[in-house]
Amino acid sequence: MDKKGMTGRKRTFLLITIPIMALFFCFNTLPLIKGMIYSFTNFKGYGSYEFVGLRNYIDLFGDARVGKSYLFTFKLAVVATIIVNLISLILAMGLNSKIKFKSALRGAYFIPNILGALVVGYIFNYFFTYIFPAFGDMINSGALSSSMLSNPKLAWIAIVIVCAWQAIAMNTIIYISGLQTVPEDVYEAASIDGATGWKKFKNITFPLILPFFTINMVLCVKNFLMVFDQIMALTKGGPAQSTESISYLIYNNGMGGGQFGFQSANAVIFFFVVVLISAFQLGVLGKKEEQL
Amino acid sequence: MMKKKGMEKVNWPVTVLLILGLITVAFPLYMTIVIALKQPSEMGTGIGSILSLPKSFSLSNFAEAMRVTDFWRSLGNSILITLLTVVISIVIHSLIGYAIGRNKDHSKFYKFSYLYIVSGMFVPFAILMMPLVKQTAQLGIANWVGVIILYVVFYMPMNVLLYSGYLKNIPMALEEAAYVDGATTWTTYWKIIFPLMKPMHATVAVLTALGTWNDVMTPLVIMSGSGMTTLPLAQMTFQTQFGTNYNLAFASYLLALLPILIFYLICQKQILNGVVNGAVK
Repeated sequence: MDKKGMTGRKRTFLLITIPIMALFFCFNTLPLIKGMIYSFTNFKGYGSYEFVGLRNYIDLFGDARVGKSYLFTFKLAVVATIIVNLISLILAMGLNSKIKFKSALRGAYFIPNILGALVVGYIFNYFFTYIFPAFGDMINSGALSSSMLSNPKLAWIAIVIVCAWQAIAMNTIIYISGLQTVPEDVYEAASIDGATGWKKFKNITFPLILPFFTINMVLCVKNFLMVFDQIMALTKGGPAQSTESISYLIYNNGMGGGQFGFQSANAVIFFFVVVLISAFQLGVLGKKEEQL
Repeated sequence: MMKKKGMEKVNWPVTVLLILGLITVAFPLYMTIVIALKQPSEMGTGIGSILSLPKSFSLSNFAEAMRVTDFWRSLGNSILITLLTVVISIVIHSLIGYAIGRNKDHSKFYKFSYLYIVSGMFVPFAILMMPLVKQTAQLGIANWVGVIILYVVFYMPMNVLLYSGYLKNIPMALEEAAYVDGATTWTTYWKIIFPLMKPMHATVAVLTALGTWNDVMTPLVIMSGSGMTTLPLAQMTFQTQFGTNYNLAFASYLLALLPILIFYLICQKQILNGVVNGAVK
């Protein structure tokens, strides 16, 4: 291309990039900066406010409710991630083997993922409140005959089940596409060498689909840390604040509880936690991939 | 030889197990349908009466649920928001994806733009939520317009990543040839590049549409004061009013799930491909 063409091309690119970047700045970076500024104030969400320095951050670390929400969210994220990845991997291997009705089965197993989390949560809410206890009565199980959702010790398990029900669908599809990248002759070579069952999986299949494992881990952890809809639909943070996720606490107390400034500080910390964990996962799992 | 034959045989035990496993997917959907079709008087407390089919077939719950949630209006709003978000996203995100993708390897500015936008993926909505409520109210867009703008911004990181990555498959030579013929960069883009990115448009459309259609948090905090509601948002009615009429609520839930289920049945292949492409890239 000649000089004149190049400058025209450059101008076109700039005319595209600058307005769109400005839009992105206004509705992503600007509110992020504003949130950070609010975190240093005692703003209630209305009326006047003043700067209070680092007080919100100091209070944050002593706040039992915030601490509890972090504990709950991490417990949920870790347990759900393990369960989801384990089941998805088994399911994906099943769906990738020589089975009948392959595409119909794959399609059917994906359905939970396309449904809205809030409505799914409402439906499961009814199950936990009425169907499971009725089932518990039938088999005379004391533990099952009352609703899981009203038991502070069990409510989080209900949340895990609902989160997993939807996430398994997504992760399975990703694992299937991973398994499809493993060439058939690798297995044949392995069988000739005498590798079978678990050994074959551990030494051949798993290392080959490790990139897909990384994707699923990062996706799972990120989504579960930000869990909101399921909490809204199932427990609204209860009972006794035992299932209050970080996002739900920020929403609930920041928007309606007069803690705009304080919850902004919580949100800032949460932002750094998400970035750190994602970076850590990508770093550690990425390194493992390289070694193989 | 024997091994080959064994590989081709259908693995029936696994097939049967997988079909049985489908109960976990089908049971909640079955229950939703059954409860939606029953009347409150048919709702027993024993496990038998809970699982049983309705005695008579009646759509009265659906008619009532449609009236209570203003179904057609909420459905219309959801379709409007999703459709506009998808169209605007495809136009804007592919454009900036193109500008960035073609320049980020040799220009510091575009390299920075790329990292700047893509890093937006890690910003949780929780931190933006409260400032955005204030900001959209100040700008007078605390309504569906604001929600669409926010979606376009929120999906930009992922979509820019997808588009600029896909651009590597489209050779520069095509653009150079068009330029020799006297076309400008702008016309070359719309005439040649944009149509060539069709597979990525499908992926972006699927991911963006699924995300916006099912999203609750953004419309909840941004347009709750505008008197407008989306399909998922309308389902919250049953948590406060009609608290005891589960049949009505489930009829409404089923209505809320149906559009996306039908859409999935029609475009299953595109949706599965889109989701996989989006995650793996």
